Amino acid sequence: MNVKGKVFKYPDNVDTDVIIPARYLNTSNAKELALHCMEDIDTEFVKKVSVGDVMVAGWNFGCGSSREHAPLVIKTCGTGCVIAKSFARIFYRNAINIGLPILECEQAAEEINAGDEVSVDFDTGLITDITTGKTYKAQPFPEFIQNIIRKGGLLASLKGE
Amino acid sequence: MGMTMTQKILAFHAGLDKVVSGQLISAKLDIVLGNDITTPVAVNEFTKAGFDKVFDKDKIAIVLDHFVPNKDIKAAEQSKQCREFACSHCVSHFYDVGKMGIEHALLPEQGVVTAGDCIIGADSHTCTYGALGAFSTGVGSTDMAAGMATGTAWFKVPSAIKFNLSGKLNKNCSGKDVILTIIGMIGVDGALYKSMEFTGDGVSSLSMDDRLCICNMAIEAGAKNGIFPVDEKTLEYLNGRSERKPAIFSADEDAEYEKVIDIDLNKIVPTVACPHLPENTHPASELGDIKIDQVVIGSCTNGRMEDMTAAYNVLKGQKVADGIRCIIIPATMQIYKECVEKGYVTAFIDAGAVVSTPTCGPCLGGYMGILAEGERCIATTNRNFVGRMGHVKSEVYLASPLTAAASAITGYITNPKEN
Repeated sequence: MNVKGKVFKYPDNVDTDVIIPARYLNTSNAKELALHCMEDIDTEFVKKVSVGDVMVAGWNFGCGSSREHAPLVIKTCGTGCVIAKSFARIFYRNAINIGLPILECEQAAEEINAGDEVSVDFDTGLITDITTGKTYKAQPFPEFIQNIIRKGGLLASLKGE
Repeated sequence: MGMTMTQKILAFHAGLDKVVSGQLISAKLDIVLGNDITTPVAVNEFTKAGFDKVFDKDKIAIVLDHFVPNKDIKAAEQSKQCREFACSHCVSHFYDVGKMGIEHALLPEQGVVTAGDCIIGADSHTCTYGALGAFSTGVGSTDMAAGMATGTAWFKVPSAIKFNLSGKLNKNCSGKDVILTIIGMIGVDGALYKSMEFTGDGVSSLSMDDRLCICNMAIEAGAKNGIFPVDEKTLEYLNGRSERKPAIFSADEDAEYEKVIDIDLNKIVPTVACPHLPENTHPASELGDIKIDQVVIGSCTNGRMEDMTAAYNVLKGQKVADGIRCIIIPATMQIYKECVEKGYVTAFIDAGAVVSTPTCGPCLGGYMGILAEGERCIATTNRNFVGRMGHVKSEVYLASPLTAAASAITGYITNPKEN
C-alpha cells in the first residue's frame, strides 16, 4: 500500500482539541466533523487538503482526549498518512483501530518541509521526499498490529477470529 | 526481575504468571466505560461489525456527563442513542440525568470500580481509578466497542516511572499541585506509554480525593496509567462501597523502573499551569498580576467533596470580585446534595458564584462557561490547550480549588493563604 501527496506540517504536541474541537462533538457524523479538522491551528487545512496528502508533525501528536473523532476526521479529509516524531498513546491506538496509517520517524518529521511532495510505502516503511530527493525509513509495526491493519481494523479482526 | 504493580495486575488479567514491558497481551476486563460523546461512536462500530450482545451487562458503564442536561438537539440525539443502547442491552451501570455525575468521580463513589480491576474507558481520564489500586486506562470508541463485545482488550505491557513520595503537603496545597508540579518536571510526554507508579512514605498522608486527582492527570504526562498502592485509607474508602471484592496487588521488591523520581511533598507549592500546555507550570506566587475573567471549580479532576470544601473555606463570607464569573460544579449528584446540605451552595451563591448540576461542560469547551476572544479563566480542570474552553484566543490557567477560589475573590491569579 502506498500514498503520495503534499505535506502539511505541524509542531510538537498537536492535541485532539485542535484536531477536532469539542464544541463540534455533539455529532458522531464523520463527514460533518471533518469540515472542522485542524480548524483551531490551521483554518486553511480543510480547504487545501487533497486525497493522499500527508501530515508531518513533531513529538506527541494527538495528545489529550481519547476522542476517536480525531483520527477519524484526519482520515475522512482524505489524509493518506500521518508521520510524526512520536504519537500520544490513545491516538496511536485509535489510528490503528480505525485504519488511519501512521508512521513514527524522527528524522523525516524533522527534515520534510511543508508543501513537499512525499510518497510513503507502508509495506517497507520507506518515506520518500520527492521534492528534496531524500528517503527515510520508519519503524514497521509489530506483527500483531500489522494483523489488525491487514484485517481492516480492530473489530473486523475480531470478527475474523 | 520482578514486576511493577501495573504489570502484576495485567499479568493476572491475562492469565499469565509473568509479563515483561513491551509484551503484547490480551487481558480480561472488569469494567468497560463510555460517555455521551464516545459511546455513540462505539455503538455505531459495535452494530456495524455485527455484534448483537454485550459480554456482560454488569461490566459495562455508560455515563452521560459531557453535554447533559442536553445542551442542544444534536447532544440530545447522542444521549438518546446511549439510552437506547443501554436499555436494549440491560446495561446495569447506566447513569442518566438525576443519577449521573462526571464519570471519573462517579464510578469510584458508587463502588463500580475497585482495587485490582482492569478497566478501559473511552475517555482519556479513565486513568483516575489507579488511585484505588486498579489498572485503568483511556482508549477510543472502537476499543470500547471491542471491549463490550468480547470483555477483553489488547495491551502492550508498559514500563514504569516510580514517584517516591515523602513528607506531607502544606495546608495551601493539594493533589492538584502535586500532579501539576510533576507534569512541569517531566513534560506532557514525559511518561508516554508508561505507568506512573506513586509510592513511598508520603502516600499515607494523601487523601483519596488527592490520589484520584493525581492519577486523573497522569494522561497529561502521556502516561498509560497512574497507580497508587492499596493502603488503609484505600480499604476504608472501598469498604461498604465496592460492588466487587477488592484485590490487592503490590509491586515486587525487585521491580524494574525506567526512572525513580523523588518528590518531597513538603516542598510542593501552589502551582499553576499557564497556557497552552499543562507542563507550562509556575508557582502561583511568582505569576504577578494576571487578571482573569472567569473561574471554574469542578471537573473530573477537582469536582470532589474535598474540592468543594476547599472552595467553601475560601469563599464563605467573601465576595467574588466584580466582573468575575465564578462557576462551581460539584462532580456528582451525591456531592451536589452534600454541598446543599452543608450550606456550601448558599455560601457560594452569597459570594456571587453560580452552582451547576454535574457536567463536564466548560472543561472541554462544551457549554456552561465558554470563553470569548481574549478572555482568561483559572480552572481546576485538566487541559489548557488552544481553544479548550472556547475561543482560540482565550486562555485557561490550571490550578487547585484553593488557588482558583482565592483568585475569584481578588480577580487576579492569587497564591492561596495557609488557612
